[in-house]
Amino acid sequence: MSDVATLPPIVTAIRESRRALARLLTRIENHAAASELAALYPFGGKAHLIGVTGAPGTGKSSLVNWMAKAYRAEGKTVSILAVDPTSPFSGGAVLGDRIRMRDLHGDSGVFIRSMATRGNLGGIARTTKDMIRALDAAGFDIVLIETVGAGQSEVEIASAAQTVIVVEAPGLGDDVQAIKAGILEIADILVVNKADNPGVESTLRALRAALDLGHRVERVMHHGKLMDVPAVPVIGEDSAWQTPILQTIATNGTGVSELLTKIAEHRAYLQESGVQRLRERASISAEIEERLRDLLLARLIERVGAAHVQATIERVLRREIDPNSAAQALLADSG
Amino acid sequence: MAERKIRVLVAKPGLDGHDRGAKVVARALRDAGMEVIYTGLRQTPEMIVEAALQEDVDVIGLSILSGAHMALVPRILELMKAHDLNDVKVVLGGIIPDEDVPVLKQMGVSGIFGPGSDTQEIIEHIRKVVSLE
Ligand code: B12
Ligand SMILES: Nc1nc2c(ncn2[C@@H]2O[C@H](COP(=O)(O)OP(=O)(O)O)[C@@H](O)[C@H]2O)c(=O)[nH]1
Ligand SMILES: [Mg+2]
Repeated sequence: MSDVATLPPIVTAIRESRRALARLLTRIENHAAASELAALYPFGGKAHLIGVTGAPGTGKSSLVNWMAKAYRAEGKTVSILAVDPTSPFSGGAVLGDRIRMRDLHGDSGVFIRSMATRGNLGGIARTTKDMIRALDAAGFDIVLIETVGAGQSEVEIASAAQTVIVVEAPGLGDDVQAIKAGILEIADILVVNKADNPGVESTLRALRAALDLGHRVERVMHHGKLMDVPAVPVIGEDSAWQTPILQTIATNGTGVSELLTKIAEHRAYLQESGVQRLRERASISAEIEERLRDLLLARLIERVGAAHVQATIERVLRREIDPNSAAQALLADSG
Repeated sequence: MAERKIRVLVAKPGLDGHDRGAKVVARALRDAGMEVIYTGLRQTPEMIVEAALQEDVDVIGLSILSGAHMALVPRILELMKAHDLNDVKVVLGGIIPDEDVPVLKQMGVSGIFGPGSDTQEIIEHIRKVVSLE
């Protein structure tokens, strides 16, 4: 597969030209790159995919900036996918993560792309996974994905990244309930950023308490939901991964080298324990199910006709038929 | 499937710290359904063109109130050419004296919007010059 002569043209193009990569990413975002995605898929799987999530203002972009610099110092190439929310009112977005990444300018080993969620609620866009696949196939050693993590529903990053870093910061309400409820469960590494600010100790305490409540299980995305899978012991050692809590100051890079060390340890753990395969399998099967659902629905609507679907909806609204019977009837009508 | 969105880079080149206008325009474009990449203050022409390339934008929007536009804009246009960004449109706002307007348009700036410009006009201009195939 690595023989240069056998590379499909799109893979050669995105490895040699940043412009070609940028244009491909646009086509992926516009759902107009199915054949390219098919051609490049076999050439991915080498990059380490690292998700960085957490509430707005915790310092994710600043941290990503320092992580990228640290990886560059190790000689690794880095791409960054920075996801910000689309305005539900206008469908537009202001994507401002690059403001914190200006240090990375002028380095041909770094590629930064901003994207909007475009109506998806999981913290990433529907096309984010495919964008990651393109960056992976383009040969970057590291793909950093910054996502909006505001609440419980925004956990899709767990199925798109291999190592998920959840960033918290003192003084942002310290909402322990929210911490417990959703996002902690997807954290492979917890970072308390803004360690220069007052209140770090209480944030650390709250996080430790929340973590102690957790069980020793792996959480993986499955059928679109987080599900518990019994922890797989690391060879020789007794237990599964223990989510570490680190402190950083993303305005000056303090703690970033420790973070990179933990990330490397996590990757080694994923690979040695077999958890990586487990997670990948769950994530791919969920993705295929989702794609199948979309395809089947589109085919069904095509067969019975959009007008017939609409008429059935009207019948349900008039209470002539219940929603379940309506769906059954439409399925039967599709033959 | 999903509709194509107009992507605009809004940047402030040079040492000019007046960022109100750029923010007003960024927000207006967002409210018009566009995706705006906002890169903040003190951008060099190299940073702006590199960001435009990576982000694959349709439009580069420059906000210059420092009086340095006759140095900054030609440099940006030159770098765009060097990077083959020929189909990317450039719009400019800020304090641009009348006598500079025809010169800048001649160089390839598609629209120039001074103080008091109606953001609706800016939106319409961008929609007109960007052809979404
Ligand atoms: C507010 C202001 C400030 C504030 C800025 C606050 C901020 N964060 O933005 C402060 C007090 C900090 C400031 C400082 C200075 N200022 Co002052 N400032 C102004 C003032 C009064 C208004 C600017 C403003 O915010 N307008 C409101 C916004 C919404 O309008 P706008 O920026 O023009 O944007 C509109 C259009 O231009 C256009 N547009 C703007 N950007 C973009 C981008 C795109 C893509 C598009 C399509 C359109 C577009 O659309 C917008 C909406 O209509 C102007 C005078 C004036 N009336 O313009 C002087 C002015 C710009 N300042 C001036 C000067 C000289 C200074 C200082 C050097 C003063 C000093 N000696 O210290 C410093 C420099 C600061 C710095 N670091 O750069 C001069 C510039 C002279 C020149 N260019 O030849 C001006 C023109 C005043 C004057 N008549 O002398 N200033
Ligand atoms: N004091 C302090 N401020 C920080 C730190 N990290 C980020 N910030 C600031 O917090 C704000 C938000 O940072 P940003 O990286 O944009 O956060 P994001 O919204 O999570 O991406 C910015 O003003 C940063 O300069 C930190 O470690 N300490
Ligand atoms: Mg950010």
